[in-house]
Amino acid sequence: MNKTSSSLPRSIAAHAILATYTVIALFPVVIIIINSFKSRKAIFRSPLSLPDESSFSLIGYETVLKQGDFFLYFQNSLIVTVASLAFVLLFGAMAAFALSEYRFRGNMLMGLYLALGIMIPIRLGTVAILKLMVAGGLVNTLTALVLVYTAQGLPLAIFILSEFMRQLSADLKDAGRIDGLSEYRIFIRLVLPLVRPAMATVAVFTMIPIWNDLWFPLILAPAEETKTITLGAQVFIGQFVTNWNAVLAALSLAILPVLVLYVIFSRQLIRGITAGAVK
Amino acid sequence: MGSLKLENIRKSFGNVEVLKGIDLEVDDGEFVIFVGPSGCGKSTLLRVIAGLEEATSGAVNIDGTAVNHLPPSKRAISMVFQTYALYPHLTVRNNMALGLKQTGMAKSDVEQRVAKATAMLSLQDYLERHPAELSGGQRQRVAIGRAVVREPELFLFDEPLSNLDAALRVNTRLEIARLHRELRTTMVYVTHDQVEAMTLADKIVVMNAGVVEQVGSPMELYNRPANLFVAGFIGSPQMNFIEGQKLNGEEASTIGIRPEHISVDTANGDWSGTVLHAEHLGADTVLYLECENVGLLTVRLFGQHDYNADDRLFATAQKEQLFRFNADGKSISPRR
Repeated sequence: MNKTSSSLPRSIAAHAILATYTVIALFPVVIIIINSFKSRKAIFRSPLSLPDESSFSLIGYETVLKQGDFFLYFQNSLIVTVASLAFVLLFGAMAAFALSEYRFRGNMLMGLYLALGIMIPIRLGTVAILKLMVAGGLVNTLTALVLVYTAQGLPLAIFILSEFMRQLSADLKDAGRIDGLSEYRIFIRLVLPLVRPAMATVAVFTMIPIWNDLWFPLILAPAEETKTITLGAQVFIGQFVTNWNAVLAALSLAILPVLVLYVIFSRQLIRGITAGAVK
Repeated sequence: MGSLKLENIRKSFGNVEVLKGIDLEVDDGEFVIFVGPSGCGKSTLLRVIAGLEEATSGAVNIDGTAVNHLPPSKRAISMVFQTYALYPHLTVRNNMALGLKQTGMAKSDVEQRVAKATAMLSLQDYLERHPAELSGGQRQRVAIGRAVVREPELFLFDEPLSNLDAALRVNTRLEIARLHRELRTTMVYVTHDQVEAMTLADKIVVMNAGVVEQVGSPMELYNRPANLFVAGFIGSPQMNFIEGQKLNGEEASTIGIRPEHISVDTANGDWSGTVLHAEHLGADTVLYLECENVGLLTVRLFGQHDYNADDRLFATAQKEQLFRFNADGKSISPRR
């Protein structure tokens, strides 16, 4: 390591900047979590203080858990996120493989077309999507959400994965062909394991907006049995009175599953990087 | 068994014709090397034989059967790549076994074949390692092992030594030569290095710009190059070319003389010149001689000579070793 990058003041400065950023980034999350354990009065009296004996209260969680549908909301969110994620990764990787591996007429154009969605937000098409879902009888189904989120996630997935797949050595795939692997097996046995870090990146970028989305659940699936967690938390927000304990408790609970998924994918990411050394 | 016959192979990428009608016959057990400058189409030809590229027209016959429409895995070939192309996420053992498992071969047979190849290439100690944990030479041995376990009729090598350093290159070259002697399988090998070609091949195919310039044994190519290109490509240092009109009484358009067929003298000779640079290699000495009437000559002297830059010397060519070429570059002096 060279002298400049290991000098003490520099290292302190770097850590100070990173620490500041971490505090800023975590601040809202921490506020939500600590306040979710406080009584309603305490939340408003001193929102920044930690819960103590007098202010500690699990009333928010009790309200949320008593609201019987809450597990259903969780389940809905999980189903929608995991299913969309699976489709995005599967179809995204397949499309990226085709675009990066095969020479065919219109390859470039197809690539551009598939990446266009990165630049155009899918919400612009909400009215058309709603009409489509109504016509297809898919309103108030989780299928509708899965379809929309798959469409939403694909462009970025294809864009990132095809760039990664282009970097894989062509000889490697040819070696697979000579060993008698079919194109599908080459894709599954050789290409997918080698782009795993990229897949993890795509998974994280795809998963979080889906989990957090309020827009499409509200428009396409607002029925009780198809509500997602973010939509479900809205029942505590009234026009005149908001049950803050419950809202904060619901949000705190909603963080958990994404956190778990994130940890899974980020471990893959790190493992992928360290196992690397393609050549 | 592993004979190969190419009939009028043509290959175009878009408007660019890379292979312009290649005819070639390779007998069973022969070691054939395609050699030529980069971009001459030799690798493309190998890929056409392997089935990784489809020929635009023409027929590929392996072992007497047309294989044009067979996928690579059904052609009884195996291939070794320049970049090794090992599967990075599999161990050495699985790298070798993957192709065999793919054919549905019984586990014990797979084990047996892997063990045989492992012993042949002394890879016993590395079987459980991943490619990233091996050195370049070891990786290339694994790649060769992966080709060997398939027990093909035809081995294809695509510049297998170009990613290795000089010492390893010589070792691996010996290993490939030994492998050929042990297996007696037909091998087709692509390289741009004429030394590799001369040292390994039974038969060399010199290619240039998508056509075969000459086919022959190493010594045939050295002693009887068919044209200027082959004469210049085979032999190191390169053959000297002198325009015929610069020499008295020569009718040929170009005269070629190999560096090792010129002698020098401090007192007298055919051409006088100044030494531009002298390379002292120990076993031989290479002089670059700027001569007054014939231009730059490369001279290779055997043994050690104390000539240095700016020395004035006289060069004399051995008359019986001259090559003569007509205006089209074709040889007009079939000798020996």
